[in-house]
Amino acid sequence: MPAGLLGIEELSRDQIQSLLDRGRFYQPLQTQVVKKLDTLHGKTIVNLFFEPSTRTRISFEIAAKRLGADTISISAQGTSLSKGESLLDTLNTLAAMKPDAIVMRHAASGAPHFLARYLPIPIINAGDGTHEHPTQALLDAVTILDYKPGLRGLRVAVIGDIAHSRVARSNIHLLSKFGVDLVLCGPAPLLPAELSGLAAGITLTSSIEDAAAGADVIMMLRVQLERQHETTFPKSEYFQFYGLRLEHVRLARPDAIVMHPGPINRGREISSEVADSPHSVILNQVENGVAVRMAVLEQVVAQPAEAPPQPGAGVSSLPARMTITL
Amino acid sequence: MRSLLIRNGRVIDPAGGLDAARDVLVADGSIAAVAPEIKAPEAEVIDASGLIVAPGFIDMHAHLREPGMEHAETIESGARAAAAGGFTSVCCMPNTIPVNDSATVTSFIVERARRQALVNVFPIGAITKESAGEQLADIGAMKQAGAVAISDDGRPVMNSRVMRRAMEYGRSFGLTVIDHCEDLNLSAGGDLHEGLTSTRLGLRGIPGCSEEIMVARDLLLSQLTGARLHVAHISAKNSLAMVAQARQLGIPVTCEVTPHHFSLADREIVDYDSNFKMKPPLRSCCDVEAVLEAIANGVVDAIATDHAPHTGSSKMQEFENCPFGITGLETALGLALEKLVHTGRISLLHMVKLFTLGPARALGLTRGTLAPGAPGDVTVFSVDREWTFDVNQSQSRSRNSPFHLHQFRGGPVLTIVGGKKAWESQT
Repeated sequence: MPAGLLGIEELSRDQIQSLLDRGRFYQPLQTQVVKKLDTLHGKTIVNLFFEPSTRTRISFEIAAKRLGADTISISAQGTSLSKGESLLDTLNTLAAMKPDAIVMRHAASGAPHFLARYLPIPIINAGDGTHEHPTQALLDAVTILDYKPGLRGLRVAVIGDIAHSRVARSNIHLLSKFGVDLVLCGPAPLLPAELSGLAAGITLTSSIEDAAAGADVIMMLRVQLERQHETTFPKSEYFQFYGLRLEHVRLARPDAIVMHPGPINRGREISSEVADSPHSVILNQVENGVAVRMAVLEQVVAQPAEAPPQPGAGVSSLPARMTITL
Repeated sequence: MRSLLIRNGRVIDPAGGLDAARDVLVADGSIAAVAPEIKAPEAEVIDASGLIVAPGFIDMHAHLREPGMEHAETIESGARAAAAGGFTSVCCMPNTIPVNDSATVTSFIVERARRQALVNVFPIGAITKESAGEQLADIGAMKQAGAVAISDDGRPVMNSRVMRRAMEYGRSFGLTVIDHCEDLNLSAGGDLHEGLTSTRLGLRGIPGCSEEIMVARDLLLSQLTGARLHVAHISAKNSLAMVAQARQLGIPVTCEVTPHHFSLADREIVDYDSNFKMKPPLRSCCDVEAVLEAIANGVVDAIATDHAPHTGSSKMQEFENCPFGITGLETALGLALEKLVHTGRISLLHMVKLFTLGPARALGLTRGTLAPGAPGDVTVFSVDREWTFDVNQSQSRSRNSPFHLHQFRGGPVLTIVGGKKAWESQT
């Protein structure tokens, strides 16, 4: 099986660290006048999105283009899946055209893991069902590191629909590996008790006040109504009990940051006052998404063992690699 | 038909409590004698030195897929897999296309099996028409055509009043009601046992209580109606406790477990491998331990495979789109030896009982014994021969087993059905 990126859970701390380092290395590039490198010149990357996505798909596409790769973006509506072809056959067909990586989002948990067993092409998971969204967790970590000196010992509150959140799972795995104190918060039907067994350092609470108290980071999650197959909570009073408002942010540490993977629903899980407050780093997350995805694409596609160095390729125009200690 | 003399084996017949060195003579399709040093000059001699000779195994829960899903299995291929697994009789669930809810379908299965199957095939009729849970099926006519029990298996009757009437009506024909106990509202959309594994994988859970609630209902209905209830593939801790308690209260209940439910827990699932997806799902370690204890304590009456073949393409999909079920006929005995006998949890005689007398009694079949005059069904097996299960060599048409390349110690050697060799191990 070619090495792609399927999830955070199976990565070691060192592997994550090197991706974070590389993501931070690419941060300054995003504000340069000329942003394009030729690291992945001649490589082809297919973005295959079986679920609607704006930021992740565009972020991956920009990241690939800034590395000099050719990209093709496909959304599910335009594929032969609608003609009854199986997912595996569709992917095998794509693989036969020899792309260098497939970036995939799919509504079914484990879809990329299933495909990775059979495909000769590395797969980068851009979100699978309610399982993982590894690049989101990486960009979230890079964003936290923009504001905090390190991850160890931070208190991070994750609030909302944890049960259905792939963002939450990836963040839980990543932050736990770095010694973060995690508080997961939501109404009980969205907060299965088993979550506390997912990784080390997790506590659960159904009180948003308890979750926010003393937090260094507050991560809000979108309520995934499209993944609710039943009535799990009364929608009408969600904001009253689990919407993040300024009164909650005041319970956190004064320098607390508020994050959200987007798209945000103002007035459902977060108030406009918080979303637009100085605590909010939501747009920084989006910005970091490109840098982190460049790091991931580079690692997956430009593996030195597979591709001998090309003349003119590389990142020699950039400053030497930074090292960050967490 | 030439007689068969099985010599020098260790004969285990739970009905008579026999576990001793004996010869077994099978003549004219029936058991003729079980005694030391039988002389039968005309008979074909089978040397069973070092082997166990037992009554023919009965699998009271399998899916043979015919009619309607012959690409996954046929009565012929399923029966061949059964023979290769040491089973001489298989009961097939009614969820075919069309559903076995009428004497016509029952007769088709009986006739097809008579002509093509290596083993005895006993159809189980549906409880309700099309297993839709509303109108009772033609239960009496199916019984006349050869049905040995009634069940809506994978589409269990949710309406308690319908279930009550089915129990009452089935009782008047002496038919056991087999229930796949699952509260479909609680389990809706679930892929795996609800627990850490389902949470970790982001898959929806099927809580243990979705089974337990229906076991409780069925026990109460059995008490009310006096009908014989058989709980299929029991998997959850509280279900077993309730069955044990009900039996003490005199409720006529029996239950079966599958080899996979006593062999695997949810934490052993290979991530997103649909060969670990079945209903009921692989439960927690705590449930597996309860199943093992219930087997040892005699609460469990039968081992049944719930052999559920599915084509490769249907199992090669996104996990949540894959159908439930795994094959099991050829690995059942090996797993029972490995997990129950070699571990010292139960005796060999007890294990044989779970494959023979237990299911026969649950269904009221006059089989599962080596008593003279009984049908000439004999299972000869080894307890120490080492072999590896290769799913690609399976007799089944399907390949959906989590035990591919599993190494077994002990397994089927010779399967005799109606006095004839149906299958013989090549090793």
